Amino acid sequence: MKALRSTFLGPIVATLLAIVIGGILVSAMGYNPFSVYGSLISGAFGNIPSLGNTITASIPLVLCGLGIAIAFQSGLFNIGADGQYWVAAAASVWVGYHFTSLPGWLHIIFCLVVGMLVGAIWGGIIPGLTKAYVGSSEVITTMMLSYIGILLARYLIEGGPMQEPGSNPQSPEIVQNTQLPYFNQTLMQSQLSLVAVAITILAAVVAWFLLYKTTIGYQLRAVGFNQRAARYAGMRVTLYTVIALCLSGLFAGLAGSVQMLGVDHRLMDGFSSNYGYTAIVVSLLARNNPLGVLLAGLFFGALTTGGQNMQIISNVPAALTDVLQGLIIFFVACERIVPQIIQWYRRRRSLRSGVAAS
Amino acid sequence: MSIFADAQIWNSTLSMAVPLALPAIGGTFSERTGVVNVAMEGIMLMGAFFGVAFSYWTGSAWIGLLMALIIGGLTSAAFAWGAIRVSADQVVLGMAINIFAAGLTAFLLDTVFGFSGTPPTTPKLPNVSLPGIDKIPYVGQIFTNQSILVYVMIAIVILSHWFLFHTRLGLRMRSVGENPLAADTVGINVWRLRYAGVIIGGLLSALGGAYLSIGVLNSFSVNMTNGRGYIALAAMIFGKWTPLGSFGAALLFGFSTALGIVLQGNGVSSNLLQMIPYALTIIALTGLVGRSIPPAADGLPYDPKR
Repeated sequence: MKALRSTFLGPIVATLLAIVIGGILVSAMGYNPFSVYGSLISGAFGNIPSLGNTITASIPLVLCGLGIAIAFQSGLFNIGADGQYWVAAAASVWVGYHFTSLPGWLHIIFCLVVGMLVGAIWGGIIPGLTKAYVGSSEVITTMMLSYIGILLARYLIEGGPMQEPGSNPQSPEIVQNTQLPYFNQTLMQSQLSLVAVAITILAAVVAWFLLYKTTIGYQLRAVGFNQRAARYAGMRVTLYTVIALCLSGLFAGLAGSVQMLGVDHRLMDGFSSNYGYTAIVVSLLARNNPLGVLLAGLFFGALTTGGQNMQIISNVPAALTDVLQGLIIFFVACERIVPQIIQWYRRRRSLRSGVAAS
Repeated sequence: MSIFADAQIWNSTLSMAVPLALPAIGGTFSERTGVVNVAMEGIMLMGAFFGVAFSYWTGSAWIGLLMALIIGGLTSAAFAWGAIRVSADQVVLGMAINIFAAGLTAFLLDTVFGFSGTPPTTPKLPNVSLPGIDKIPYVGQIFTNQSILVYVMIAIVILSHWFLFHTRLGLRMRSVGENPLAADTVGINVWRLRYAGVIIGGLLSALGGAYLSIGVLNSFSVNMTNGRGYIALAAMIFGKWTPLGSFGAALLFGFSTALGIVLQGNGVSSNLLQMIPYALTIIALTGLVGRSIPPAADGLPYDPKR
């Protein structure tokens, strides 16, 4: 319990600090911070439709976050989940409106598998092989491939082969029986799908099991913890580098697939959603623990939904939630300073008491 | 081929290269001293927004430019503190700065200026033509009616090359990024030079951002840098972490953008053309042609107490 507390104390303090600074910022702009945060919370959880929207918004964040967490645990930084998400989304939409003769459940599985594979290939092959064999920084290669992926998806619907006849930059809609069913539309009034929720929870459990209960996971973490020691112990570091990045892309690809089947139903402009970047925050806040990613993802889903409602209710721009996100990561990254400050404070106090005693 | 004979495309290539070359050279300074810098995008946004805001409030684009530099410098100082003093993960910190800056500038744009955006009466920096040179046919057209920051950029390219590779301080800065322990042993203050590198990087990125908002236009819009900070990162790598190389890469990438605009409507997808910088960077990193190798201590925090 104590270990758990010390693990998550940092992220919680970071979040609180960010909320305080955000509060100062909104007060400086002449708003009442309590009513602003009140509308943020009620916008995220206040009624059943917003709760549904919050859960729906957290699904792509959790799935991308799981992929990023696996990479982090293996000592790798997958900064390009956004691109992996979009190429996988494009691929599963394509599968979703072709192959119309398949039965529904099989077609859904087909879409998801294709999305996962495409995400894994996009995220794993080039960055993984170049990292393993020539030592190119995966931060740069995944980031560059991410932009290429987004431009590719954009091209496909802006004059490319997936554009629907007509002038709108969007693909045809996927067939009806691949669309994940909404949960109780009259009650929820949101695009909440229990199938998507189930896939997400299952993915988190699988990621957790894989990392902590299997040999592959053990070796991935060993390579991430100390590459030299892992190599000395006879682990195939190059292989596990590629596997880690492929798995990372696989989860980001799953995120794209689930979002297409569950919410968007077609490829269309939404390329500035930045799920891949928010998911980095999610993963860091969860300390790269897959089960923690579920919670952190829900928190950021709430921030997204709450931010939109806050903008409507109290006229505070939803961009405030980005400010909070940036501050949270900054503080989480800088939390190493806390023990140093405590040490400095103790030393100063012991110095002072030493002076008083003499 | 007629496209290339038209001086106009070279004129716009040069002006499109500015917001890539400045942050790319800034990133070069930072990474040469050993601090991985992906925060160019965020610092550009800060420079762009505060450049416009202070131009409007004070009525002088020059004060706007000065404030853009100050705020960009302060933002990069916060980044430098986290990266150097706290030894935090530099890529994570850079992401934090980028997300924070995108949020803050969008938030302030809405709350300070309202939904109509920055006022059209905001002053901008002057455009100038080089006297004498602008009379030369063809070449003159390239240097006609360019923002003053275009010429500033050319001066910065030359100065920073000279500084990094032909002065003692430049050599020391590079040594800190290659082998900080050795530099420390001979009495070089590693942290101070790293702070200097990151802050110079911040100033140049903010200058690039201000070029977009008060150099080319006189307004700010949400996320107006539109990923240029990341293309600058690509230009820095493709330019092998040198000022001249960064400038060359920025010209190449600027040219592909200019070409994309000219070719629009000719059936060539601008989305595909825009992939060029990113694809070239991957190729450069993987060493298919003349491999780019980062400074040896790039991204490794240095703790002088050990």
